[in-house]
Amino acid sequence: MSMNNLLITPVVIPLFTGMVLILFQRNIRLQRVLSLVALLVTSVISVLLMNQIRSGGIQTLQLGGWEAPFGISFVGDMFSAMLLLATSVVSICCLLYAFPSIGRKQEKLYFYPLFLFLVTGVNGSFLTGDLFNLYVFFEVFLVASYVLITMGGDKRQLGESLKYIFTNIISSAFFLMGIAYLYSITGTLNLAHLSIRIAEVGQDGLITTVAFLFLIVFALKAGLLLYYWLPGSYSVPPTAIAAIFAALLTKVGIYAIFRMFTLIFYHEPQITHLLIGILAAITMVLGGLGAIGYWDLRKILTFNVVISVGFIMAGLVSLTPEGITGSIYYLVHDMLIKALVFLVGGTIIHITGTSNLKEISGLIRHHPRLGWMFFIAALSMVGIPPLSGFLGKVFITQGSFEAGYYWLGGIGLLASLFILYSMIKIFMNAFWGETTLSVEEEKGTTKGLLLPIALLTIASLTLGIGAEGIADYVSQAAEELLNPNLYIHAVFD
Amino acid sequence: MKSNNVILRSVARVAVVIILTFSFYLFMNGHHNPGGGFIGGLSTAAAIVLMYISFGIEKVSENIRMDFRKLAAIGVLIAIGTGTAGVLFGKPFLTQTFGHFDLPIFGDTELASAIIFDTGVALAVIGTAVNIILSISEDR
Repeated sequence: MSMNNLLITPVVIPLFTGMVLILFQRNIRLQRVLSLVALLVTSVISVLLMNQIRSGGIQTLQLGGWEAPFGISFVGDMFSAMLLLATSVVSICCLLYAFPSIGRKQEKLYFYPLFLFLVTGVNGSFLTGDLFNLYVFFEVFLVASYVLITMGGDKRQLGESLKYIFTNIISSAFFLMGIAYLYSITGTLNLAHLSIRIAEVGQDGLITTVAFLFLIVFALKAGLLLYYWLPGSYSVPPTAIAAIFAALLTKVGIYAIFRMFTLIFYHEPQITHLLIGILAAITMVLGGLGAIGYWDLRKILTFNVVISVGFIMAGLVSLTPEGITGSIYYLVHDMLIKALVFLVGGTIIHITGTSNLKEISGLIRHHPRLGWMFFIAALSMVGIPPLSGFLGKVFITQGSFEAGYYWLGGIGLLASLFILYSMIKIFMNAFWGETTLSVEEEKGTTKGLLLPIALLTIASLTLGIGAEGIADYVSQAAEELLNPNLYIHAVFD
Repeated sequence: MKSNNVILRSVARVAVVIILTFSFYLFMNGHHNPGGGFIGGLSTAAAIVLMYISFGIEKVSENIRMDFRKLAAIGVLIAIGTGTAGVLFGKPFLTQTFGHFDLPIFGDTELASAIIFDTGVALAVIGTAVNIILSISEDR
């Protein structure tokens, strides 16, 4: 039996650190140092895991030594490991941004433990090989996010939080119902075992219906068509929190859709994957309309989160190596870039005191570095080579065309135009034009805020220029997703 | 609460002892039978909450000087710690072990490392449950 205890560490380290921080609530310096150390260690571990998976295939751990399918399995494939690394990078940068910006009061109100619990839940979701555990880890990061989203507590924030909490509680209830259905049909909740059993009995109408139920649940979390809650709730919390939400939370939903519809419900793609494709297309169009229609900085950025969800899904719909490869590239890119643009957006609001683009102008004069980093991020989102969004766009579009989904590929390209227009609108209005604010009139300083933004820009540039270097990893991840047997053998042999 | 609650207090004095005894039974019973850290902790929390209701928060807090948030955190730390102990012996995370010991009075007794894990779970549940009730009661 293969066993790799390293797989549990991305869950245990943030959880353990978070609990220790609760004991030292008043010591802010200690809280900052320990959270940073915990996330740094986690990122080193995810690199180690990536290399272990590269050389030894999918890694597994049966908790407590109880064999699958009776015990709880932890499974790390290349897809999970890459997402773990991206999660660590993003969370380190958001944490660094929180140091100068989140405020003493929030720091004493358990900001750091909650931040670490959020990371715990996200990491656990990527690594678990058990459907019920996936539910539990979803709840872990959701509960942390419920508290984080209300931090600061002004009236509009509480209103949006309530909407966010209700939406998620309802989708969690559906999640449980889906689990109950699946258990009563197949008698198991181990993902690999589910895959075997459904392949044996065939994916009949009932199982496909249950698949739709899961699709609704994860679409609510990912913002795939069911994104009505997203623009509101992602624009109210403090910048560091909004950035980590935008970078991570919808992505866990996307991850879950990928896992379920490549490992378990992959037998009727002409029904399930076509539906995902239609949802993705509508999401891209509606997200695009929102992004070009609004003049509120945060709204534009949140609608860009929505567009990318649709775009990443397009790669899954094709079910070709190119499409999946593209989705993985774009998913990792999107995690970094969404954190980056949210941090830049939050910084602009911090400087000017408003999120209305019509009241902001000419920031490039006093903030050239901020402006150009935003410009790089914008080009990267559009997919200009050699920036990080480029390869993902090329592969997803190629995958869609090869699989015969011309309409989906076409809408994907159209969505790029929406992104281009909305990002350039921000750039032209906020950074170009006449400088209306003198340095003295600015509402806040960028001291300490530029470092995490610069780190994310570097990470994004590295991902784009060094894309060749990780090509082997990405193609391995795509191969594992397209061959459920690799996952099953890793768990059972 | 200024109302006359003599009956509530008199009953609570006895009931708390019974509930605590029962929760200890549930806790120890959990290894082979229904019970365990979670339900044992929950019923302990019920006893504590009953004391808060019948004697008032100020009075109970004077006697139980404990930060329940920290108690919950310590509980989770104990549980994770037991899970990690297995890793140090080269076993998977959360591996449990047990042995038979000849103890005075009890005779041949089975002792399992799961009890330490369960203690952690119980503390976490007590800490969380009581903390939730206290937070709600503070809110006016």
